[in-house]
Amino acid sequence: MQVNFFMKGTDSLVTKVSGELDHHIAKTIRTETDKRIIRGNVKNLVFDFTDLHFMDSSGIGLVIGRYKLVKSLGGNISIVCCDGCVNKILNMSGIPKIVSVYPSLTELPENA
Amino acid sequence: MNSLTSIKQINELKAEFLSKSENESFARMIVAAFIAPLDPTIEELSDIRTAVSEAVTNAIVHGYSEKRGNVYLECSSVGDTVTIIVKDYGKGIEDVAKAMEPMFTTNSDMERSGMGFTVMETFMDSIKVDSIVGVGTKVIMTKTIGKNRL
Repeated sequence: MQVNFFMKGTDSLVTKVSGELDHHIAKTIRTETDKRIIRGNVKNLVFDFTDLHFMDSSGIGLVIGRYKLVKSLGGNISIVCCDGCVNKILNMSGIPKIVSVYPSLTELPENA
Repeated sequence: MNSLTSIKQINELKAEFLSKSENESFARMIVAAFIAPLDPTIEELSDIRTAVSEAVTNAIVHGYSEKRGNVYLECSSVGDTVTIIVKDYGKGIEDVAKAMEPMFTTNSDMERSGMGFTVMETFMDSIKVDSIVGVGTKVIMTKTIGKNRL
């Protein structure tokens, strides 16, 4: 498991999670992502799950929690995901109804 | 089918580990290795790994919450049907039916989604939960591999 953070444009933070996302790692991702959002200069959040191959319901909790935070600050949240198994659990949770999901980072709109 | 191929192969495995969150991935690895000889599809493998991850996380987060204890993982297979038992001797669940409702969580501040049992129900063929307050919880799940195979 690996988590990387980088900026896209001037105000979008990308949290890139590789490998497997479970309860054990969700806490670290949550703390590190929130720290960067609260520090300022971040409006939108992108979860890049391109290289994620496993996710359980801890990932759902993580996304919904960040959705609430980012929305409360007036920003947007997007997900990049191409793995069938990760998509299956995302779809099951209903997250795609409230968060836009893109198949690759290059397909993200400019303002995402 | 001749008499040789109609004999159902059986196998069993038991593991016991401390209720530490780093053992969640260990439990998934054990189960993946156990079912590998049954030649599951990527989706079947992922479904079972996810269900096990949910059950083990529940045992660690809810069963033992603050304290440490042992989580017991038992896998068995008869032919293509896998049974997985995840057991803890933690605090138990007061109302199992309520705990199994989608989005129900006792740990909202910890950002648990409350989807654990729903995931297990959706990804496995069957699930049974036995729990006694103050004694522990046992989750029994089954799934038949290759149901959609031609």
